[in-house]
Amino acid sequence: MSEFHDPANVVNPEHADHHIITPKTYILVFATLLAFTGITVGAAFIDLGILNPVVALGIACFKAVIVILFFMHVKYQSKLVKMTVGAGFFTFIVLITMTLTDYVSRAWGLW
Amino acid sequence: MDNVIVATRSHTHEAGASEEHAHVALPQHRHHFETEQQQREAGTFGMWLFLLTEIMFFGGLFMSYLLYRNWYHDAFVVASNQLSIKLGAFNTAVLIGSGFFMALGVWAAEVRKKGLLVLFLVLTTLLGLVFLGVKYDEYHEKWEKHHIPGAHFDVSEFVNPHAYGIKEEPLAPDMAQKTQVFFSLYFAMTGMHALHMIIGIVLLGWLTYRAHRGDFSSGYVAPIENFGLYWHFVDIVWLFLFPLLYLINRHPGS
Repeated sequence: MSEFHDPANVVNPEHADHHIITPKTYILVFATLLAFTGITVGAAFIDLGILNPVVALGIACFKAVIVILFFMHVKYQSKLVKMTVGAGFFTFIVLITMTLTDYVSRAWGLW
Repeated sequence: MDNVIVATRSHTHEAGASEEHAHVALPQHRHHFETEQQQREAGTFGMWLFLLTEIMFFGGLFMSYLLYRNWYHDAFVVASNQLSIKLGAFNTAVLIGSGFFMALGVWAAEVRKKGLLVLFLVLTTLLGLVFLGVKYDEYHEKWEKHHIPGAHFDVSEFVNPHAYGIKEEPLAPDMAQKTQVFFSLYFAMTGMHALHMIIGIVLLGWLTYRAHRGDFSSGYVAPIENFGLYWHFVDIVWLFLFPLLYLINRHPGS
């Protein structure tokens, strides 16, 4: 930013160069998402026992992560935005875990 | 002095009035931001804070699903198997396609191609409408089979599945009533998701109009980019709804 005398770099502390993701990347992500949709449908018809929900949710998480990183540009954002996104999902997991510990322990030993 | 920001070219109004180029307030650089990057970062940050509230909102519904699926597992399995994997998978692909065109739309705005931007926004809208059309068809089938929770809910397919040619274990009448919990959550979750899509499609219409007017092809990308974040977030919600509601109950043992 030559427009400013800013030696402490207050204006752009992240050096967040504006990054334009190319259509080629988007096509790759799109193809990956479609492929994993096929895989998750196929996996649903195979009896994996307790692993069926685990595999389905694992694939869903993987798809969500690549959507967040590429379609939503988080991979190229500043640390502030990355921390914000991470904090949101972390808080969500904490809330789920704490709610479940309550429900699981209400009737502890009575089943 | 090293922590003080000083404009090397004077931007004060007193000086600006006499300069050849008067101060122009670009939409991508409002006067209260130091730089375009700073404004953009602030916008992205704000949009993500809004999306975090959305995570918590849908998170409550996912939490209810998790708990009730464990409590009324048998009812959830047979009720879930009433949903069509074919339609669900088709809709997943449609929604991924819609998100793909939205992402391309952001790219088109970045490289200032107005025609492509309008085209991609229209394609995003069309695929969104296809998704809602399929969803309408699925809801309509539930309506005809009296699988909408409430006074007219019909449990006969769940207490006597073999009479309807369904290969499921019959449920006891009290457990069969709990299929209403599944359908309540199904309609609440897919309904809130569909409502988000309807809101998104209305916004897309407005953005397409503005894109056609040329608002987003001279460096002002923020509305397209931030709407893209919203649209992708709605996609992500569906990426979890599809396996949870349609897929994971095919094998009752799990």
